[in-house]
Amino acid sequence: MNKYQVVTTISYPKPGANGKTGNWRIFKPILDKQKCVKCLRCWIFCPETAIKRNKDDTIDIDYDYCKGCGICAKECTVKAITMEREGKQQ
Amino acid sequence: MTMMIDTGNYIAAKAAIMARPAVVAAYPITPQTTVVEGIAKYVDTGEYKGEYICVESEHSAMSACIGASAAGVRTFTATSSHGLLLMHEMLHWAALARMPIVMCNINRVVGPGWNIWADQNDSISQRDTGWIQIYCSSNQEIFDTVIQSFKIAEHEKIILPVMINYDAFVLSHTSMPADIPTQKEIDDFLPAYKPHWKLDVNNPITFGNIIAPMSYYKVRKAMQDAQEHAKTIIPKITKEWEQTFKRNHGGLFEEYKTEDAEFILISSGALGAESKAAIDELQKKGLKVGLARLRVFRPFPTEEIIRLSKKAHLIVIDRNISIGNEGAMFNEIKAALYQKSDAKVIGYIAGLGGTDVTYKDIEKMCEKAVRGKTKTNEWYGLRED
Repeated sequence: MNKYQVVTTISYPKPGANGKTGNWRIFKPILDKQKCVKCLRCWIFCPETAIKRNKDDTIDIDYDYCKGCGICAKECTVKAITMEREGKQQ
Repeated sequence: MTMMIDTGNYIAAKAAIMARPAVVAAYPITPQTTVVEGIAKYVDTGEYKGEYICVESEHSAMSACIGASAAGVRTFTATSSHGLLLMHEMLHWAALARMPIVMCNINRVVGPGWNIWADQNDSISQRDTGWIQIYCSSNQEIFDTVIQSFKIAEHEKIILPVMINYDAFVLSHTSMPADIPTQKEIDDFLPAYKPHWKLDVNNPITFGNIIAPMSYYKVRKAMQDAQEHAKTIIPKITKEWEQTFKRNHGGLFEEYKTEDAEFILISSGALGAESKAAIDELQKKGLKVGLARLRVFRPFPTEEIIRLSKKAHLIVIDRNISIGNEGAMFNEIKAALYQKSDAKVIGYIAGLGGTDVTYKDIEKMCEKAVRGKTKTNEWYGLRED
């Protein structure tokens, strides 16, 4: 952190600079890989880069940092992502 | 070196472009308008080659300066009164993010009661934003201070924004002669800006991320340390200026005839210049009153004030009022002396709303104070009619 002579508000990008924010989540996105058409809209729209793009354009969700905002589910045109209350009995 | 006879604002504009800021972002407001107009003229003539951004408000002006400064370039702006108040949020931002922005603020009354005359309540109400505040008393001092301020702001031990204050109309629209050094002399005194950090796509940083309580606490302490350093660095920079240009308007204070003084008058801005004439008259009458014109209000020159109080009692004239308490300088001077000095401190409020304060008025205030007739924090010249 002390890259400069004085203490500043400057911070540097790194995964989880403020810890694992996944525990903020109330609703959890559940991905149905059978329905996914690899359009990558969720990957584009996720504000936390918690949608991980694989080499074959399939995606995975990084639950360590996903805050459960639900944007991916909203943007998904084929309803491959649904939101479920965290801790719900399966 | 050439002589320029012009208003405080046009001289400030000249100084600003000679400091070669890469970006100027400003919004016009009376009585600052001619600073903006002056710089616009230099864009037209090609003398100013930087980016001149006409924004839609002062909040945006300061935001644009912050953006430019974060990108690693020298920036300048100017404002007044309500414009300064609209910047308030971004003033904190600029100081906390350690952006060495330089700004002229032309001291003007705050409305309502629409009034464009001189009064320091606009800048005094921004004293806790972390900006260094300097008050000027002549057009030559405005020129010299604008150039010096970039050096102060960018100093590796400071890295804070600087606000240069001067009185509406009394200085902003009054023509006075000023020596203008050559561009080469200015460049030698103020070399090109080398940022300590900057926004860079290849090495990304951010200024506004979440920071934990202890980190923020440290950021505040670092700002405080920087202001403390400024107390010694500002006089060093004005001395360095003096070596080249043979002029020094003072470091934190400008002292005038304080050698055998039994009372020292503390005033600031144009009122500080007017005080010199009053001191001459008072000394002719045999009254031992000297002057210490306060130039730097932030950092507050506590140690200097204690030193002055060892020589003499202090008379303070504030062209501002912290409503519900007293004049800001009076208040802080007394706090500086707490348990350090037994000197009397006599306070006046004067010149609010742009009320004229002549050297005769200052003479009267000082005489009354010397005779011990002044009421506590007296409002000078307030008529009943």
